[in-house]
Amino acid sequence: MRKLFWGGIHPEGHKALSRGAAPIPAPLPAQVVLPMIQHIGAACTPVVKVGDQVKMGQKIGDGEGICAPIHASVSGKVVAVEPRPHPGGSEALSVVIENDYTDTPDDTLKPHLTHQDLSGDEILRIIRDAGIVGMGGAAFPTDVKAFSALGQVDYVIINACECEPYITADDTLICTYPEQVIRGTETLIHTLAPKHTVIAIEDNKQEAIRILKDALPKDSSIELRVLPTRYPQGAEKQLIQAVTNRQVPPGKLPAAVGCAVFNAATAAAVYQAVYEGKPVTRRIVTVTGDGAAAPKNMIFRIGTSFGQAIDAAGGMAEDTQKVLSGGPMMGLAQKDLAVPVLKGTNAILCLKATVPQSKTQTCIRCAKCVSVCPMHLQPLYLYRFEQAGNWKELEKLHLTDCIECGSCSYTCPAQLPLVERFRAGKQQLKEAKKA
Amino acid sequence: MKLLVTSSPHIHSGSRTSRLMGSVLIALIPALAAGVWFFGIRALVLTAVTVLACLLSEWLYRMVTRQSNTLPDLSAAVTGVLLAMTLPASAPYWLAAVGGVFAIVVVKGLIGGLGQNIFNPALAARAFLVLFWPSWMVRYAAPGTSLDPLSVSVDIVSYATPLHHMQMPALPTESLLDVFLGNMGGCIGEVSALALLLGGGYLLLRKVISWRIPVAYLGSVALLTLIFSKGQDPVLWMLYSLMGGGVLLGAFFMATDYATSPVTPMGQLIYGVGCGVLTVCFRYYGLFPEGVTYAILLMNACAWSLDRLTPPKRFGTVKGGGVQ
Repeated sequence: MRKLFWGGIHPEGHKALSRGAAPIPAPLPAQVVLPMIQHIGAACTPVVKVGDQVKMGQKIGDGEGICAPIHASVSGKVVAVEPRPHPGGSEALSVVIENDYTDTPDDTLKPHLTHQDLSGDEILRIIRDAGIVGMGGAAFPTDVKAFSALGQVDYVIINACECEPYITADDTLICTYPEQVIRGTETLIHTLAPKHTVIAIEDNKQEAIRILKDALPKDSSIELRVLPTRYPQGAEKQLIQAVTNRQVPPGKLPAAVGCAVFNAATAAAVYQAVYEGKPVTRRIVTVTGDGAAAPKNMIFRIGTSFGQAIDAAGGMAEDTQKVLSGGPMMGLAQKDLAVPVLKGTNAILCLKATVPQSKTQTCIRCAKCVSVCPMHLQPLYLYRFEQAGNWKELEKLHLTDCIECGSCSYTCPAQLPLVERFRAGKQQLKEAKKA
Repeated sequence: MKLLVTSSPHIHSGSRTSRLMGSVLIALIPALAAGVWFFGIRALVLTAVTVLACLLSEWLYRMVTRQSNTLPDLSAAVTGVLLAMTLPASAPYWLAAVGGVFAIVVVKGLIGGLGQNIFNPALAARAFLVLFWPSWMVRYAAPGTSLDPLSVSVDIVSYATPLHHMQMPALPTESLLDVFLGNMGGCIGEVSALALLLGGGYLLLRKVISWRIPVAYLGSVALLTLIFSKGQDPVLWMLYSLMGGGVLLGAFFMATDYATSPVTPMGQLIYGVGCGVLTVCFRYYGLFPEGVTYAILLMNACAWSLDRLTPPKRFGTVKGGGVQ
């Protein structure tokens, strides 16, 4: 098998479970919970208060710096502004809106017939006002990313890899709305003026590849690059390496090697903001897993609770053990199904089977972790030094380079909790540095 | 409903230590079968003795030191079979048992158990046996000799292996085909190149071992014996060097032992080359005709240092990035 980056794994895809149909709009929720932090960066401050009437798409939270505003995903009344459970783990200040089921639209954002007449600055403004963040899961504010890439990049890469098992949200988006992805990409090209634009997709999405090929104009400057399926190809650094053979230096952003990467769903969100005047208030989410009664892709309003979302998708089995936000490799296990769908939530994964923990957990130095680590690390030694509390060695072996993709844990025959310990180790390193 | 909250990843490849060890056992079946074919049922009984000695001492050691039972990980069984592979079929049963106990208790257990041992337990035990009972360890039966499986030790006249001829130096009297099939004198598991290639191929195919160590090992032996050939025909000399002794067994099954070999790709290549160079040096300049055991044991001692000397190139520190 051709390898475009070092390491990586081939987990079972399970994509057929949820693939194949157009996304179904979910019934409107009676209530939405909108956390003021749905992105990497600074939290928003609510700009509405309890009792306010809000329109669909109205801005309800905003902030300074690296931040993307939050919009009401239904019209109705603000009934609470308080901390609520967040899929990230703890609680976060959230605006709770009771739906009046009228979807009275807010018209702050204006639709445009074409992006051609807009300047780069105007497009960046629209992206920010629409609250667009990386829709692939990381949720970095898109306008900040695009701004920092201005004049720096010769490659714009649209990430359609969706390399996590089970998830088919981007796949479904591309199959159903290919023109949104392409127009959104063209809008980004117009802003960033790269020399090359590549839509990168893995070869396990043949239908999406065919549809994109048909939808791309004959004279398009956009190249469709089909990559051999391999996890974690959709991780930003690995994708840049796979497409351009460049490696992003440690601690640097993709712009350092002339690249800007946007998720396919982010491109579609750019289209919706510019062409339709719509902020991010809904998204396609894959509700799937062996615990999901009827795996499928649905369009949910942001702020819909996981519980409602699972019910809307047909419910889940009694013996479901885990519900994840995201895929099985990097997704976060939830303890409370009251947590809401966020802008970056691409999947709700219900799993029956869990990984049985091995009793002995002895590293046999099989070196499989070294051969799968896409960041060229030596997980077995990182684990050893983390266990020993040897921070100096952990720094020397570049623990902070770890992207937590999970390839090492997945492969380890001793089932050592490698990624779990690396996360803890990074935290400790950070604290040790502060002290 | 109570939901489980654990750290990602939430799926696993299903790979297990016991399955990897099981694959090694399967891969050793051809070599063991060849040993039984050429040296009779005694080879099989001898293998059973080393395996039993290893299993029993592992079980007892873990119990006495109040540690968990590690028999299910199959590593002790692998050590047992590997040790038997390095013994002449005529070796007495008590010798095999002593070797098994030494491998498990001294080489593996006292150092800290599986994954902690510095030296390959089977090879270190073999080295120990050679030191104490050299006469038994270098007494090889001719292929096809009927060795009584019921007597504890058998008295035979030692038969010259291809390596004995090559030490002269002269090309062995066996045909290349006989050497390839294993119809020659030697230890139980080393004689049949065909069987070892089958087993090694299986390990590579199942990705139990990486290609780096065996290729570097065999490649460097091939290259050195070709360049510094002592025969009239360098290619023949090279082929006999590769198949006439323990190089194939060493390259596929001994040098690739996880715990005692490096984990970094570059470290594995250097380690393999080191094994090859030392093997040829020991054969050319040493007292014994064979040098595989000591070559691998010496490189075992370097494994952890090699890892530290050859960390993979940090991601993002290559030249050639940047805007073109």
